[in-house]
Amino acid sequence: MHELSLVLNIIDIAEEEVKKAHAHRVDAIDLEVGSLAGVEIDALKFSWDAAVKDTVLEKAERTIDQVQAVARCSNCGCEYLVHEPFEPCPACNEVLVEYLKGKELRVKSLVVS
Amino acid sequence: MCATCGCDQPGGVTITKVGDQVFKPITPSAILHQHPAPAVQETKRIELERDILGKNNRSAKHNRFHFEEAGITALNLVSSPGSGKTTLLEATLKTIKHQQHCYVIEGDQQTTHDADRIAATGCEVVQINTGKGCHLDAEMIHRALHQLNPQPHALVFIENVGNLVCPAMFDLGEKARVAIISVTEGDDKPLKYPDMFESSQLCIINKIDLLPYVNFSVARAKAFAHQVNPKIEFIELSATSGQGMDEWLAWLNNLVNASHQMQTVNAFTHEV
Repeated sequence: MHELSLVLNIIDIAEEEVKKAHAHRVDAIDLEVGSLAGVEIDALKFSWDAAVKDTVLEKAERTIDQVQAVARCSNCGCEYLVHEPFEPCPACNEVLVEYLKGKELRVKSLVVS
Repeated sequence: MCATCGCDQPGGVTITKVGDQVFKPITPSAILHQHPAPAVQETKRIELERDILGKNNRSAKHNRFHFEEAGITALNLVSSPGSGKTTLLEATLKTIKHQQHCYVIEGDQQTTHDADRIAATGCEVVQINTGKGCHLDAEMIHRALHQLNPQPHALVFIENVGNLVCPAMFDLGEKARVAIISVTEGDDKPLKYPDMFESSQLCIINKIDLLPYVNFSVARAKAFAHQVNPKIEFIELSATSGQGMDEWLAWLNNLVNASHQMQTVNAFTHEV
């Protein structure tokens, strides 16, 4: 359940930004999670509720933007949406791919007050 | 749960050097939460684009820098519980301890059982108990290294918590990640837990002396691992019977030599 560690890291980031902005709390937070980031969204939400209690994120409205993975084939250069992890290239069946999107794990923005 | 200090009630992370009388708990002291109230109140939008794992990645980079500077080879051993990581380490240390300075960092939720086994081989060892945590992170390794204080050119084995999911996300600053599966597990482990095999450089298939008694296909396991990581290398061995251990020791030796060479090149670059 590494999602709890991730939430604790998000709280650290939020606390830091609130302090920098001389604010009291976070009203809204926007996260970006790629489909290949190794994060179970339900586990993240479950950990969130327990972890943000008594923190600047307790009342924050949370948005999670899920990013669909996109790969580029190292053989033929074809770019395609990845639905299954390690899906081979649909054009030439090569498995050596470079991921252009899908590994994101970021705090995109915060609204503080 | 404190978000400022990350403490998690009693049962937080502890790091113990085997042989030390005193436990040195890492649990932060900020148990009473008096976070100062900021002054101004207005709404402000902050565009961040900050990596959630940024803190761990910075610590990992710091560890890696120190390893490379001292020509130390650090390995992150990952597997599910019961794959034989500790037995493999015991067998390895017994064979190479007279030629190579070795240190071990053991990660488990509870107990110093594994660290005690390693200490019995004569190797210096630190046990990290993660409490409720399911993986080691780079900051824990940093603190453990301060207790171990490894010599230059040493080989540091980090035995991660037995878990094929969570440790995959946390870079510790290692030179190589080694995934270990044993033939008493399913040969489809690489497909079931792809992140771990994708991020490893070597896959050890352990307990091959038991192959006649189990329904495990080495060829299938390798094909599945190749599917998620076409560059992964394999070594088949039995830490108990010793079969295949020579290949593993040769692999380690090559890696140690590569660390020494890198240190020489880096030192030269800095001088220039």
